[in-house]
Amino acid sequence: MFEIVKRKEMAQGTVVLNEIKAPKIAAKAKPGQFVILKATETGERIPLTMAYTNPETGIIATIYQVVGKSTALFSTLKEGEGYQDVIGPLGKAMDIEKLGTVVCVGGGTGVAVMHPITKAMKEAGNHVIAIIGARNKDLLILEEEMKAASHDLRVCTDDGSYGHHGFVTDVLKQTLEAEDVKLVVGIGPVPMMKFVTKMTREYNVKTLVSLNSIMVDGTGMCGCCRVSVGGETRFACVDGPEFDGHLVDFDELSKRLQAYTDMEQESYEKFKCET
Amino acid sequence: MGDKQEKKEKKKDKLPRQVMPEQKADVRRHNFDEVPLGFTEQLAMQEASRCLQCKKPACVDGCPVEIDIPGFIKYIQEGDFTRAIRHIWQKNSLPAICGRVCPQEDQCEGLCILGKKGEPVAIGHLERFAADHERHYGTGQLPPQAKATGKRVAVVGSGPSGLTVAGDLIQKGHEVTVFEVFHKGGGVLVYGIPEFRLPKEIVAQELNFLERLGVKIQCNEVIGKTTSLDELFEEGYDAIYLGVGAGLPRFLNIPGENLVGIYSANEYLTRANLMKAYRFPEYDTPLVKGRDVAVFGAGNVAMDSARTAMRMGADNVRIIYRRSRDEMPARQAEIHHAEEEGIQFYLLTAPTKFIGNEQGRVTGMECLQMELGEPDDSGRRRPVPVKGSEFELDCDLAVIAVGAGANPLLTQSTPELQLNKWGYVIADEKSGKTTKKRVWAGGDIVTGAATVILAAGAGRIASNSIHDYLSVGW
Repeated sequence: MFEIVKRKEMAQGTVVLNEIKAPKIAAKAKPGQFVILKATETGERIPLTMAYTNPETGIIATIYQVVGKSTALFSTLKEGEGYQDVIGPLGKAMDIEKLGTVVCVGGGTGVAVMHPITKAMKEAGNHVIAIIGARNKDLLILEEEMKAASHDLRVCTDDGSYGHHGFVTDVLKQTLEAEDVKLVVGIGPVPMMKFVTKMTREYNVKTLVSLNSIMVDGTGMCGCCRVSVGGETRFACVDGPEFDGHLVDFDELSKRLQAYTDMEQESYEKFKCET
Repeated sequence: MGDKQEKKEKKKDKLPRQVMPEQKADVRRHNFDEVPLGFTEQLAMQEASRCLQCKKPACVDGCPVEIDIPGFIKYIQEGDFTRAIRHIWQKNSLPAICGRVCPQEDQCEGLCILGKKGEPVAIGHLERFAADHERHYGTGQLPPQAKATGKRVAVVGSGPSGLTVAGDLIQKGHEVTVFEVFHKGGGVLVYGIPEFRLPKEIVAQELNFLERLGVKIQCNEVIGKTTSLDELFEEGYDAIYLGVGAGLPRFLNIPGENLVGIYSANEYLTRANLMKAYRFPEYDTPLVKGRDVAVFGAGNVAMDSARTAMRMGADNVRIIYRRSRDEMPARQAEIHHAEEEGIQFYLLTAPTKFIGNEQGRVTGMECLQMELGEPDDSGRRRPVPVKGSEFELDCDLAVIAVGAGANPLLTQSTPELQLNKWGYVIADEKSGKTTKKRVWAGGDIVTGAATVILAAGAGRIASNSIHDYLSVGW
């Protein structure tokens, strides 16, 4: 068992943070890499990109939104309990280089994935502007952490309850107009990444995205996570999860992410009845 | 005396090969229970009595792990089933598995002298019987083990080849840890081969047998990511065996292949078998249920996928294969079982594209009729498209089972391992030694996708070499 040593609810309980004891993974993990978790014997294998890790304490952290049966099951696990299986670190680590001004755009729980990348970009000597967004103030996560990880944090909410009133793309546009941006990293829901890359293409700024495809093994064995990148089929688990956002077919990704919507719904309803 | 001997031989000739009872096709196509039901003690002893006990048994030459076949069959004939299984264990740690999934018709049974005029002895069925009998009624007594040597071996991959190495070396007194990337041990035996052909309970028991011998099975560990080979040496392992399998799915590379409902066989079978998607929603992993299913390829994996889709409730399951029946690589028994269950065979047929709906789900495909031309590199006649023969088929679930390639995850992280042009690990045929010192390899990661028993055979060769190294030196 992989013990949960700390559990914290965020964004009004819709988002959960788990610090999990996994020393071998913590010793190797790099920003951008993910783990696959399975809570119980009958559970599903779910990939989650690590929010932070600590090789000294042997801790890895995941932050996830409760959206279906598996994440709801994860959220029932208390401190002292744990996951039956955690495997990783998987995927390629993000290339961290000194480029100049780098903009890190995070939406929803994508902010959690963005956090270690933002920190590493700053540590590599870049001037880091972070833009994070959520539907409203209460759903915003990791504001303090992102502030510390970047030089300049810009916050937006869809309903205007906090920070800039509007989408992260609005603030991104202003930033691209005002600054000499060398790289944009966009991580969040698929529509957000799609619109971020659409905008940066207009400004001709290289943009990396981190994809959250459905996976089974996570080691390149099954091809479940395949995505079209520049017209070629790539596996998000071993070729990614980061890709050049200007080459990703987001519409296909979006459809593939909905492959099991009906069954997921059925499973979630059953779970809610049982608990 | 001479007369008596002759009479006995005649009697043996007359006894037909005993047929193993199996579930009826119209029943089994709706369940995941095992298809062949096994020999009774009486059937096993009768079948064993057909063995001529040849002085120079050809069957043994056909066995990649050199089981003393007449030896164990004699014990079955005598009703001493415990000795029979102990005799098999000397050469094979996985008899319940091999008895079920080995292509015996091409190996031991293919060389049986009785097969020249009639039916060969049912060696596979007898091996299975001995193992099953031990599992159900055995004493649980373990085979003898050599004194501990203090040497430590890391086996990477818990499929048939890795488990063979583990079983051999633990009995020779070495300490063995098997590393498995999935959350459950068994490799292809648990994620690939379906329950109705190899019940997972049996794999679990064979793993348990190895664990009782002292083998440690460490799941959830990605060698090459979580831990490198050099780190394993630093941790104190004296030798490493790589039995990681092929593990890279091949696709057809035709338009529309990323539509929802199109799976690699690896994914389809892993979801169904390892993740038990056929028991959804009791198990959480979902799997598309097709009404009109197309399976591409005609090997054992294709048959397994087609028969799984049938059991998931499909109306039509079609095997689509671009060559003819003669070239189908699957075992005859598997093709026969598939046909009995109502799987349709579209031979000399090649897909050209998939068709999808607005939701991005596959709804159909376009195919071409083929004819056989001149032989190609593989010696098989090359399929050539027939002009103007395009036709469409409905299809809401497609499984691509056209073979596998070499997964680069581990090999990329270990530059000292030399690979061939296809990315497979180069290993010496006689020893399994790779180009990296103290590292051996065998099974599909060396040969490309093959069979359980060939992987076990490669494991046997390597385990002998590893034992020599641990006793004498590189």
